[in-house]
Amino acid sequence: MNGESTGSAFVLLLRRDLILAFRRRAELMNPLLFFVLVTALFPLGIGADPELLKAVGTGIIWVAALLASLLSLESVFRSDFEDGTLEQFLLCAHPVSILVLAKVLAHWLVTGLPLLIVAPLLGVLLDLPGDSIKVLMLTLVLGTPVLSLIGSIGVALTVGLRRGGMILSLLVLPLYVPVLIFAANAVETAAAGLPITAHLSMLGGLLVLALSLSPLATAAALRVSLS
Amino acid sequence: MDTQFTDNSMLLEGAGLECIRDDRVLFSGLDFTLGSGQTLLLEGRNGSGKTSLLRILCGIRLPETGALTWCGKDITSLGPLYHEHIAYVGHRDGLKLDLSPVENLVMARGLGRPNPDTRPEDALRRVDLYGFEDIPVRNLSAGQQRRLALARLLVTRSQLWILDEPFTSLDVHGIELAEELFLEHVSMGGMLAMTSHHAVNLDSAHIHRINLSA
Amino acid sequence: MNTIVRLYHQMGSPRYFYRYAGYMIPWLAVSCAILMLAGIYQGLVVAPTDYQQGDSYRIMFIHVPSAWMSMFIYVVMAVCGAIALIWHMKLAEIFAISSAHIGASFTFLALVTGSIWGKPMWGTWWVWDARLTSELILLFLYLGVIALYNAIDDKRTAARATAILAIVGVVNIPIIHFSVKWWNTLHQGPTVSKFDAPSIDVRMLIPLLLMAVAFKLFYAVVVLMRARCELLERERNSQWVNELAGPE
Repeated sequence: MNGESTGSAFVLLLRRDLILAFRRRAELMNPLLFFVLVTALFPLGIGADPELLKAVGTGIIWVAALLASLLSLESVFRSDFEDGTLEQFLLCAHPVSILVLAKVLAHWLVTGLPLLIVAPLLGVLLDLPGDSIKVLMLTLVLGTPVLSLIGSIGVALTVGLRRGGMILSLLVLPLYVPVLIFAANAVETAAAGLPITAHLSMLGGLLVLALSLSPLATAAALRVSLS
Repeated sequence: MDTQFTDNSMLLEGAGLECIRDDRVLFSGLDFTLGSGQTLLLEGRNGSGKTSLLRILCGIRLPETGALTWCGKDITSLGPLYHEHIAYVGHRDGLKLDLSPVENLVMARGLGRPNPDTRPEDALRRVDLYGFEDIPVRNLSAGQQRRLALARLLVTRSQLWILDEPFTSLDVHGIELAEELFLEHVSMGGMLAMTSHHAVNLDSAHIHRINLSA
Repeated sequence: MNTIVRLYHQMGSPRYFYRYAGYMIPWLAVSCAILMLAGIYQGLVVAPTDYQQGDSYRIMFIHVPSAWMSMFIYVVMAVCGAIALIWHMKLAEIFAISSAHIGASFTFLALVTGSIWGKPMWGTWWVWDARLTSELILLFLYLGVIALYNAIDDKRTAARATAILAIVGVVNIPIIHFSVKWWNTLHQGPTVSKFDAPSIDVRMLIPLLLMAVAFKLFYAVVVLMRARCELLERERNSQWVNELAGPE
């Protein structure tokens, strides 16, 4: 590729990350298995009463999705940090926030999208009605990118730390609360037959906000972590 | 094959640079100028701040006080416009181990200003890695990986090469190769800023030495 | 104009700050003590018994100002962080991290007093009320800032990282508040929140405001004390600190 533009740098980095993920595809399964496992643990913990599971099912799936997303976050920058390619991004002729967007998009395609595909299976495990599952997937489509974007700020802040993983959870989970509230509630409200336009607009708003502001925060955090 | 850096007005200047790490002053009041065809050689004990100074030159690290200017403009205000003129090889090679050498060089090219005269394959030949184009970098030896890191310098049009211990892991042949590359770069008007525990075989007339232990 | 510029530079200078803060602390402490005593007296003795909640509502005079302080200090911390990031002022960095610990303490105090307030009314020590839940999340935001600062060895880098975190937090706090409030109205428990102050009698308002100002002064005293300590540590290799320490 001979292109000098920022757009081609974006595509180049996106391709690179997807290729890298594909070459280690065994590891892609981990967040997915975690997602399923955590969801399956709940009936074991709270009892298998179908009515109870149906009532809390969407909340469980969303919390599990949240945790799976958190688990996979570190991989966004950790390996680049260790082999020295991360600092090369800061020395790039293109804006760092665009490169960050490419990396986060690659991360979401590789870890967030599979959650979407598996979610219906989990809906069946918890005996959720078909319409609920549809709404669940809609909220996952809108919500998981927000989780990746906000999470990337936390990862950027902790990438240089030895035990960054523990602190990452503390930094990121409070910021995940609005997404959880709107998404989980959307599914419940839809199950009750009520309109969910408000919920979806809030999620959409969060997505737009995250898309526009978080790459800037992540880029600033990377500069601090690598200085 | 490589581009001539015909614009001789390129000038990197540092004024009053101070660096603090862990609340201790490593160096302060540092001044220097680096012009076309010149080399900045940093010397000093381990821990004296050589790597920190190089990272300040890259713009990755902020100096405590002082200013760094490129052609008269502060590099913090230039941002990517400064970065398109520099290339950095630090302690770590900056290579993805799961990609092939060619893939790594294509990536490096895309991040900077591509050198139209040097394709990735040509760069590999220059550093004597011909034949290794498609082997995962993970399977190369440390010396080969270091040479690949230096090949990154060739695929972009960067006037200033900032190098932190570039000869690490290189054998005698590798060192000769590297020195050849540096000599060629400098003779064409390029600039070099580096640290090295090794005695560097470059034209001493154009070397500025800074000793940080002093 | 020159005096203002000179004053600005002086205040930003660690040495001068250390000295002037030392002068200010006793005065602020005394004012704080006076106002706090006045507020407590007004709150416990003068303010009338609430016809709905009896005397147990009086803990509000600590709970509400604590909650206000927890929010206020987070904003101050974020602003100091922004100043530190943009102008690289060491004093702004120090103020930011000193504020973090104090803010976390006020948040904790608000949670504890809120819990105590709720016990006589609902019989439980905790209830997922909108305000308490928001305060809990705010506590985690503070703890995140403190944990991040402690995890990074170089204090300059640590200050810059926590500044970014604080700014991200400040942007998110309104969103979190709104979403938690919304969540709370949907999942209404059997009791309506009684954390809104009972219909405010002016005799209840006075102690509330007195305590609010007293808490602000308390924050000022403690942040100056913490800042001086943090400053000594950050500048431990400089000449003026070694002079202060005196010949060993």
